[in-house]
Amino acid sequence: MMMSNELNWLPDLINKLDKKSVREAYGNTLVSVGADKSVVVLDADLSTSTHTSMFQKKYPERFFNVGISENNMMGVASGLSWTGKKVFVSSFAIFATGRAYDFVRQSVCYADSDVRIVATHAGLTVGEDGATHQMLEDIGLMTGLPRMRVFVPADALETEEIVRYVYENRGPFYVRLSREKVPVVHDSESFRFGRAETITDGDDLTIIATGILVSAAKIATSYLKQKGISARVLNMATIKPIDSDSILKAARETGRILTAEEHSIYNGLGSRVSEVVTESYPVLVRRLGVNDTFGESGKSWELMDKYGLNPMGIVNKVEEMMKVTV
Amino acid sequence: MQGSARSENLEEIAKEVRKSIVKMTFEAKSGHPGGSLSATEILTYLYFRELNIDPANPNWPDRDRFVLSKGHSTPVLYSILAMRGFFDPNLLHGFRKINSLLQGHVVNHIPGVDITAGSLGQGLSNAVGLALAAKIDKKSYRVFTLIGDGESDEGSIWEAALSAAHLKLSNLIVFLDRNMIQLDGFTEEILTLGDLEGKFRSFGWAAITIDGHSFAEIRRAIEWAKNEEGPKMIIARTIKGKGVKFMENNPEYHGKPVPNEEKLNEALKDIEGM
Ligand SMILES: Cc1ncc(C[n+]2csc(CCOP(=O)(O)OP(=O)(O)O)c2C)c(N)n1
Ligand SMILES: [Mg+2]
Repeated sequence: MMMSNELNWLPDLINKLDKKSVREAYGNTLVSVGADKSVVVLDADLSTSTHTSMFQKKYPERFFNVGISENNMMGVASGLSWTGKKVFVSSFAIFATGRAYDFVRQSVCYADSDVRIVATHAGLTVGEDGATHQMLEDIGLMTGLPRMRVFVPADALETEEIVRYVYENRGPFYVRLSREKVPVVHDSESFRFGRAETITDGDDLTIIATGILVSAAKIATSYLKQKGISARVLNMATIKPIDSDSILKAARETGRILTAEEHSIYNGLGSRVSEVVTESYPVLVRRLGVNDTFGESGKSWELMDKYGLNPMGIVNKVEEMMKVTV
Repeated sequence: MQGSARSENLEEIAKEVRKSIVKMTFEAKSGHPGGSLSATEILTYLYFRELNIDPANPNWPDRDRFVLSKGHSTPVLYSILAMRGFFDPNLLHGFRKINSLLQGHVVNHIPGVDITAGSLGQGLSNAVGLALAAKIDKKSYRVFTLIGDGESDEGSIWEAALSAAHLKLSNLIVFLDRNMIQLDGFTEEILTLGDLEGKFRSFGWAAITIDGHSFAEIRRAIEWAKNEEGPKMIIARTIKGKGVKFMENNPEYHGKPVPNEEKLNEALKDIEGM
């Protein structure tokens, strides 16, 4: 029997879960695809944090630290790509998509450059560095760009699969990763480009989650089951192009959709899902995310609890939604 | 200068500031000691000798401004603001913790803080705005700014530099903390900055290079700045981690506190023996 006080990450839920670093998964995968001599990796003075330093160690001749110049880095990446290089670019999400937005728009997306942006330290789980470093708007910025395809892996294994996918295919791509080690969701490979993954089936309501919130949704669902609510959980690892078929199927079959993400409620997964639902099969959609505010300093999981981005936050929203007659 | 800071011995104050930097980052288990320790003399001198400010009236419109453009170096700024009486020193215990005033990167709702920063390369442009406003309003306040050498990789630093010279901002005095280290390692290995003094001069600034750990040189540089036209760049040669032997010139301590009590005591002893 699961108790409702076990639905916050702290004091101990998060410690009981098996967690793995998505940044290490990125570094490892970079090293493995790096055997291909056309792979070139750029970073802007954060290689020790993004873990592109792992690639640098193995292939120093194809790694370039451009210093703290994110705009320049995106332009250089675009130039490199037009000679047939497969370019990976890394920084924190805030700088890769925020600082360098216009370079990403013009030099990468409009120019249709074969560039893969893999950004770490997205969302509140940056922790102590606080609001200046906690990117909560990047899904909006990146999904808004024509040609850009956007991914948020739920765990380390899915990160490996997505990094391999973006290596094997032509950019532009944006992959969003966290600083924190994240709970393991998958025990085997399951990623399919542009396809939502059904984590649990259910018919009272669907929770569409991405990133760290997928594991939160999984935990919330076992609790809800005890209370007689059968929730479907979809892992939306590809945010763009979004899997409209799975969303509309959920709308038709469960009649209610809750989205959950470590991102602003504006312009993220919740907005993208709402657009699909509203256009073709309007049902009740509610969004769990950060409510139009900046973050703050604190420990990662403390912040996730404070802002309600935990199993409890999901359960509360679901219970509210089940009270609405549809 | 308002308040009572003038008579105290600067070396002694700097020691207290350094201890506070090491302690508050240790307590927070997070934060940036290296670039705080390198800038300790610069900020100590400004806040205890030079800035025309009033801790009892932090928003006094005619005050001198200070912009921490390398906004991660909050431990040195917060320690000094607390010592100068802008807020209760007990708040330093909340540094980087949830629901606390003292955010990891500098933010302008903190008493004594003029400009929010943390995304590198933006503070200097803010400083240009503050200095320009003084010109528009015919006010005599000055704008002091601290930028990093790694931070100077950002193109926006050089855009601001062009603006400041074009606008003839004689009231803008910038210190560049030339500690030769950025996040991933040594600046000249990552992105060569070369002759910064010459670069700023060619951008239309008055520029000099000093020992950033010498109060006498900092004082002379500020006196020099008072007699020069246009924006002023003071390149302060410093040692990242200065005062704590195992941190000195060690890129590892850019964004990492001392790891345990033993190292904390070693660090405090080093500082005491300076
Ligand atoms: C635009 C931007 N890119 C990256 C970072 C991450 N970052 C924080 S501090 C730092 C290194 C700064 O080096 P420097 O300016 O030399 O500072 P100091 O040595 O004085 O600490 C980096 C890359 C940032 N804060 N802002
Ligand atoms: Mg430096």
